[in-house]
Amino acid sequence: MPSKSFVVETIKRNQIIELLSKGKRVDGRGLNEYRKLEIKTHVIEKANGSAMVKLGNTEVLAGVKIDKGIPFPDTPNKGLLIVGAEVLPMAAAYLEAGPPDESAIELARVVDRGVRESEMIDVSALCIKEGKWVYSIFCDVNILNVDGNLFDATSYAVVAALLTAKMPKFVLENDVVKDTGERVPLPVHKIPVSVTIANINNTLVLDPTEEEEAIMDARITLDTEDGGNLCAGQKGEPGSFTPEQILTAAEWSIAKGKEIRQQIKEAAAHA
Amino acid sequence: MDENGIRTDGRRWDELRPLKIEVGVVRNADGSARIEWGKNKIIAAVYGPKEMHPKHLELADRAFLKCRYHMAPFSVDERKNPAPSRREIEISKVIRESLQPALFLEDYPRTAIQVYVEVLQSDGGSRVAGITASALALADAGINMRDLVVGCAVGKVDGKIVLDLNDTEDKEGSGDLPVAFMPNLNQVTLLQMDGFFTFDEFKQALELAKVGGMKVYKLQREALLRKYFSGGGPETSTTNAELMEEA
Repeated sequence: MPSKSFVVETIKRNQIIELLSKGKRVDGRGLNEYRKLEIKTHVIEKANGSAMVKLGNTEVLAGVKIDKGIPFPDTPNKGLLIVGAEVLPMAAAYLEAGPPDESAIELARVVDRGVRESEMIDVSALCIKEGKWVYSIFCDVNILNVDGNLFDATSYAVVAALLTAKMPKFVLENDVVKDTGERVPLPVHKIPVSVTIANINNTLVLDPTEEEEAIMDARITLDTEDGGNLCAGQKGEPGSFTPEQILTAAEWSIAKGKEIRQQIKEAAAHA
Repeated sequence: MDENGIRTDGRRWDELRPLKIEVGVVRNADGSARIEWGKNKIIAAVYGPKEMHPKHLELADRAFLKCRYHMAPFSVDERKNPAPSRREIEISKVIRESLQPALFLEDYPRTAIQVYVEVLQSDGGSRVAGITASALALADAGINMRDLVVGCAVGKVDGKIVLDLNDTEDKEGSGDLPVAFMPNLNQVTLLQMDGFFTFDEFKQALELAKVGGMKVYKLQREALLRKYFSGGGPETSTTNAELMEEA
């Protein structure tokens, strides 16, 4: 059940909608403009990789932990890659502690889908002994402050943390897994970029704030990979899109994806 | 796919699996529908409008829509733990959100409308089959609706866009795009995607989902007419071959 109870006053709602009809937004942005995006990596020393992302006032922190693990029976030679997300109760006034609700589960699964389906990490290179030992990569995200568009902020944090992560190099000695002490980067192949678009009263806006999300009819998140192809997607919230709006959203995702990918790359390089 | 473009189960790229829909199958429910789509066997049942529990969550201006998508332990190859998985929780959410645009929830303030989707046997595309059945169950329950909602998945197999993936194609294929829409209002209410699609492929896939969905919509309508008006259509629904002839 939706537990979110962020309320936007009617007068504010009317103001947002009226501005949108003129192609403007409350915070002065254009319809297809992102808020200021800051990405900082290497923020948690004890994690194998980490990144802090600020997207406007939305703040998320991703940490990667890499260890040995047991592969799934249907993929005996592939490493494990699992994204989890927790919206901390401190992140907004209306939140309460408790197990992840359906929104948090959706968030983690959509971000996971983007990373997985883009084939960002070559999981087949993460096998130690087929059927017994593989590398396991847990990427956990803490949402520290909520101001809309958690999907994109979380995705960028996960991707930046994975890009900068160093994994222990394990070897097999007499059937026992040993840590060589060496630290190497992950086998990264691609960089997925998530782009989220909200439909508010039949106007599409990029990177919705929490106020905009509270009054939006529906949202769509589309991920692209380096080649500009779409690789994952999710429509959410109880509203709808016309097929034409979905194609516009796809075009925006492809165009914005290029810019943001560049920014993620730079953040990962300037560590 | 073989060299003639014939798929593992003998279908062409734009063919649906055999589809059978029946309305009114759960006696106790206010509305229900059963769908058999390929090897999918799914029952949807609707209760409501009824009293909302817990009471403090009731909405003053509309009904609270609840949805539970659940897979039976025996519905898949390896036994599934009956406890709701994260996947089922996510699918329950997106199914609910795909149905909600079609409902006049404002006609039933302070009540709850509960949709149950039980997957008895799962093949590819169980969520879109579940949506197709749920929309019928809601109509059968007499809930005021703007339109039906119809689901249909499109995917990519061997680099080609194909309609309505089966289980094997879903697992082996390189892309899956389940879509649900309101056929008369031309509004997309569910879209999920994994795998690689170029922009043109994405566009083509969206169009194909609409074409496939319209065929499913025809069967949906026939199933409703069969229950409520005599002579609404054949007892067992249209086969692929008949569908293709009409197309």
